[in-house]
Amino acid sequence: MKVLKLQKRNLNSYLESLRVFGEIYGPVRKDEKYIYGQLDDLDKLDLRMLRTILPVKKFLVPPKFNTFSFEGYTYKPELEKIPRRVIFGVHPCEIHGLLILDKFFLERFPDPYYQERRKNTAILGLSCVPDEKCFAKSTGTHFVESGFDLAFNELQDFYLVWVGSSLGDDLVRLRLDLFEEDIKERDLHEYMKWRSWRDSQYKLKLDMTGMPDIMELNYNSPIWKKFGDKDLSCGACSMVCPTCPCYNVRDQLKPVGNSGERQRHWDSCMFKPFAVVAGGHNFRENRAERVKLWYTHKLKAFITEFGKPACVGCGRCIDTCPVDINIKTVVTALKGV
Amino acid sequence: MATNVYLPEPMRIVRRFNLISDVRFFQVRPLAMDRALSLDYLPGQFMIVSLPGIGEAPFSISSTPSRPGLIEFGIRNVGVLTEQLFKLKENEIIGVRGPYGNGFPISKFEKKDLIIVVGGLGAVPLRSLLLYTLDNRDRFGKIYFLYGARRPNEMLFLNEFLELKGRDDLNCLLSVDKDDTGKWTENVGVVTTLFKHLKGINPNNTYATVCGPPVMYKFVIDELLKLGIPKHQILMTLERRMHCGVGKCGHCVIGSIYTCMDGPVFSHWDVLHMKDLI
Ligand SMILES: Cc1cc2nc3c(=O)[nH]c(=O)nc-3n(C[C@H](O)[C@H](O)[C@H](O)COP(=O)(O)OP(=O)(O)OC[C@H]3O[C@@H](n4cnc5c(N)ncnc54)[C@H](O)[C@@H]3O)c2cc1C
Ligand code: SF4
Ligand code: SF4
Ligand code: FES
Repeated sequence: MKVLKLQKRNLNSYLESLRVFGEIYGPVRKDEKYIYGQLDDLDKLDLRMLRTILPVKKFLVPPKFNTFSFEGYTYKPELEKIPRRVIFGVHPCEIHGLLILDKFFLERFPDPYYQERRKNTAILGLSCVPDEKCFAKSTGTHFVESGFDLAFNELQDFYLVWVGSSLGDDLVRLRLDLFEEDIKERDLHEYMKWRSWRDSQYKLKLDMTGMPDIMELNYNSPIWKKFGDKDLSCGACSMVCPTCPCYNVRDQLKPVGNSGERQRHWDSCMFKPFAVVAGGHNFRENRAERVKLWYTHKLKAFITEFGKPACVGCGRCIDTCPVDINIKTVVTALKGV
Repeated sequence: MATNVYLPEPMRIVRRFNLISDVRFFQVRPLAMDRALSLDYLPGQFMIVSLPGIGEAPFSISSTPSRPGLIEFGIRNVGVLTEQLFKLKENEIIGVRGPYGNGFPISKFEKKDLIIVVGGLGAVPLRSLLLYTLDNRDRFGKIYFLYGARRPNEMLFLNEFLELKGRDDLNCLLSVDKDDTGKWTENVGVVTTLFKHLKGINPNNTYATVCGPPVMYKFVIDELLKLGIPKHQILMTLERRMHCGVGKCGHCVIGSIYTCMDGPVFSHWDVLHMKDLI
């Protein structure tokens, strides 16, 4: 992989040049929190961000979008209006989240909407320093090797920039004059020092080895009822989790004629009606069953199928759940420690 | 670009009539003849029917791939989409996509004896299997078809099955819980009372398939286990809420599996092993 150097003072000039590709988004402040917002003015970029409220999944699988417009029984896929975007400031755990969504949406039965958005969205990664809710080191998602177009690693005065795709290469060529190609030995040393310092900053550790077996042993455990009793079925954990992809489908008719749209919108298995079938039977009537499913999917199903959990250690559920049902409290309870 | 997996394909309603008071038979055909003839599927698979402005819902295929050209469904009027579907007439167009799901592992049934056990609406998918095996009769051993309905006027495809009783290469056993017509000539009793007619079963050489209302499974499976049929040779089709049919929307997830892709056909061993299935 090609690695280049970009002086920090040149970052904004470089990002500015990317407008020829598409709209630029990056971390901006919103009250106490951060979001990925549109950067019509690059001064709004706030690199102190550690985690945004919604993950970058919102660009690849928008909370609500039309899959088809229809007129009579003729359905037309809505793939043309998908904008080209550059998302700057995506942290390693989030890029791993995208790799999980890639497996999910692009392998068996490729999803054309995800495919098109992924193609039209340039992912520009950025290194980060964890807080007490991050545990990406435990999930092995604190560094990236693929899944991005460019990855910026922040050091004292400059960024080391990894070029991760052919699109990334095109993007670098837009302002090749701003990049330096020769990485010096002292740059390498600075990077290695930074790496081990950053590794030491992971205070939260959550060992997830053996989780499928541990889940199995806890199938009838009282912990599910304990968590279930507190749960508010608000679905916030699903919305903020970078790897939760579930959705619902709804048709919308125009007031006149027989045309309309088929819409897809985010759904959560934590919502009560998620598994209701015709006739009203609910396969997961109570909250304990729903909490159990959420964690079974993250910690068992995914490990069994892909060899690793569908959790990238971003800490959003820890930050978000109003009643402290999160990956940390659940894994801890499952292990009985 | 590859075809859009969610794109409904227009199909014309060729024929429709009521099987019983609230279940209607729909025969549909893709508009293009070559597509109609090349549309292949397996017994046990399902398709997703789409009505613009209303939505989509999954339905088992009741026809057999051994008779290409027409796809058949048996649909119960239970709600929003099905009610609209019941308003449609011959020659109107519906959207259909699929087939989806694993279907029955037909190749494993070759040379084996087959016990097909059906309750109520379960006749829809298992009719596909039954017709398929009859159309390819030389590839299978003995075939038993056991169908139980609550009353004579709740039995789907009644005349078709009564006719099949005339065949000597099939053991077709029909039963109703209660005869309220006084004209019923077949067995009376729940479907498990038909098991007494199964003589000389060689369990290791037998596959059983079950589909019916949830309450039926336990009793039927107990009978099949009593016959000594191995757990992995007892197959059943399950129902869950489904929106996409292709492992994306998450609605059909049970524990670690997607009913729409890994199922809807599961073995009794899967059920014991994976929990929560029934
Ligand atoms: C694999 C499979 C095979 C099936 N085969 C048959 C069949 O052969 N014949 C038959 O009559 N029925 C079959 N069903 C059930 C059928 O899909 C439901 O009866 C149908 O979805 C009801 O739709 P509705 O809008 O009329 O009902 P409503 O009760 O009005 O449904 C309301 C809403 O609930 C949701 N919903 C309810 N049940 C389901 C469901 N099972 N899947 C997805 N969404 C649901 C939908 O969003 C729907 O819009 C099958 C279901 C599955 C999963
Ligand atoms: S489970 Fe929690 S920590 Fe893990 S990826 Fe999802 S939101 Fe982040
Ligand atoms: S676990 Fe927490 S965030 Fe998730 S639905 Fe329940 S209360 Fe909401
Ligand atoms: S029906 Fe959508 S995941 Fe199975």
